[in-house]
Amino acid sequence: MGLTLTWLSVIVLIPLAGLFLKTLDLSFDQFWSIITSRRTLSALRISFGLSFAAACVNLVMGTIIVWALVRYRFPGRRLFDAIVDIPFALPTAVAGVALTQLFAQKGWLGAPLAELGIKVAFTPIGIFVAMVFIGIPFVVRTVQPVLIDLDPEIEEAAASLGANRWHTVFRVILPSLIPALLTGFALAFARAVGEYGSVIFIAGNLPNVSEIAPLLIVIRLSEFRYADATAIAVVMLLASFVIIFAVNRLQRWAQTRIPTH
Amino acid sequence: MSVTIEVRNIVKKFGDFTALDNVSLKVGDGELLALLGPSGSGKTTLLRIIAGLDWPEAGEVTIDGEDALGRGASERHVGFVFQHYALFRHMTVFENVAFGLRVQPRAIRKDEQAIRARVKELLDLVQLDWLSDRYPSQLSGGQRQRIALARALAIEPRILLLDEPFGALDAKVRKELRQWLRSLHQEIHVTSIFVTHDQEEALEVANRVVVMDKGRIEQIGTPGEVYDNPATAFVHGFIGESIVLPVDVSDGAVRLGGKPLNIAANGAAPGASKLFVRRHDMQIGPAGGGSLEGAVRRVRSFGPIQRAEVALADSEGKTVIEIDAPRDRELQAGEIISLEPRRYRIFAA
Repeated sequence: MGLTLTWLSVIVLIPLAGLFLKTLDLSFDQFWSIITSRRTLSALRISFGLSFAAACVNLVMGTIIVWALVRYRFPGRRLFDAIVDIPFALPTAVAGVALTQLFAQKGWLGAPLAELGIKVAFTPIGIFVAMVFIGIPFVVRTVQPVLIDLDPEIEEAAASLGANRWHTVFRVILPSLIPALLTGFALAFARAVGEYGSVIFIAGNLPNVSEIAPLLIVIRLSEFRYADATAIAVVMLLASFVIIFAVNRLQRWAQTRIPTH
Repeated sequence: MSVTIEVRNIVKKFGDFTALDNVSLKVGDGELLALLGPSGSGKTTLLRIIAGLDWPEAGEVTIDGEDALGRGASERHVGFVFQHYALFRHMTVFENVAFGLRVQPRAIRKDEQAIRARVKELLDLVQLDWLSDRYPSQLSGGQRQRIALARALAIEPRILLLDEPFGALDAKVRKELRQWLRSLHQEIHVTSIFVTHDQEEALEVANRVVVMDKGRIEQIGTPGEVYDNPATAFVHGFIGESIVLPVDVSDGAVRLGGKPLNIAANGAAPGASKLFVRRHDMQIGPAGGGSLEGAVRRVRSFGPIQRAEVALADSEGKTVIEIDAPRDRELQAGEIISLEPRRYRIFAA
């Protein structure tokens, strides 16, 4: 207990408190003008908006992937199962370089997409792609154990009660997975908001267009405008906290409805 | 409304293991039939095939005269109750019971009011209407199983199948539910099959019992028939407690360890055989007065009987049998007594 509190304080709470203290260097008006400047707002919108979109995509695709991995036996299943972890393990800069190469105008995927008039690298779409890439394992790995544990008998029960496959999936299976899906979504979202390494390579980093909030913080730091940097950081922190808290409440609500026992 | 189920020559294999070996069975007329057997006897597999949750390699299943194997579980209109309830955890008791009504095709689906009325009626039937807003995790095992039954009955199934319905419950609840199931069946009279490994449960609840072993049906009969006239050595050994002695049959005489017994072979085939006697079917007499003789080792008395361990004399004390004797003849440890089988069966070894 004592160890837990001490450790959490040293590792998490004290640095966060430092962050808040640093913003006190600024008057409220200064703080307000920094965070409502066009560049900051754009960066925050890009970070949170694209992270949300990427987490939504990951939620859907992750669910489909985890379903295939758990429910089907196909050659190479173990290999695919291992591949899911690559975004966890790969240094984010490596991922960024790889994705940039792939989606660059002459890249394997970039070239055919360019023919269709879609530009991915160095645009917000690139940021989105990188966020999808790094977020996918969170959904898969949180839902996987729950889906494995899901009693196949409840599907049989649904079938014997006359339910078709559609009803079974949407009324029985998915509702049972909701807490895990929400957790996976929240983790993928949080990771995407905080992602730096892989995004900056592919983003192009044009202010107001494809500049993410973490990058803006780094830029301010390199300009020695520490207070500005922390002001943006505090806003990100608060926004993330509110979102995670909301997801947590949702999860709590879902869990009281679906108690695990 | 009596629906018959007919199973013909069903074969089911799991890899090299033959779970059902040419099984045929006819159930009808609002029966409450028990499939009884040890684990691995194929009883659950047979039930799942009838429900459409498993498919056989060969054979036929008809329900109400219609071929069933061409249809999936959701089209068979069969109520199924699982050993571990398989309730939907994220739905209230009410919604669990209503599920089968809500997923009906739009054309025949009842309106909300009719669904509510029907669910209420079923919860009343299982005497749990006061739990309708609870979630399954808030219920006891016995309550969950009754809800599972109400859920299965909601769709007005043509037949009702129960897989070890009381298997996960403790002994007391189990006894209560047995009686309750029996009276419920009398009330609704749906042709029902339940699987159990508990002989007492099968004998007490069912009006016919199918005894299975190793993927085959050993005997079909009323509880009285399978208990009093077991068709095979397996049935005799599985239902009720039996004393089993190795005997030799020749020229119409039955010999135990070379010494002839005072009992007739009753047409048993010559050769090495097994003599089956119920514990309470051994007549006790004074030393020297019967076919078998032995020394009483230990006596335990409870209720109306005393259970004695008797070491048979001819086996040099190696064969110890347990007999049940009425309390009116007090047995003492160390006493030498004679034993005579009153009722017995001989099966080829």
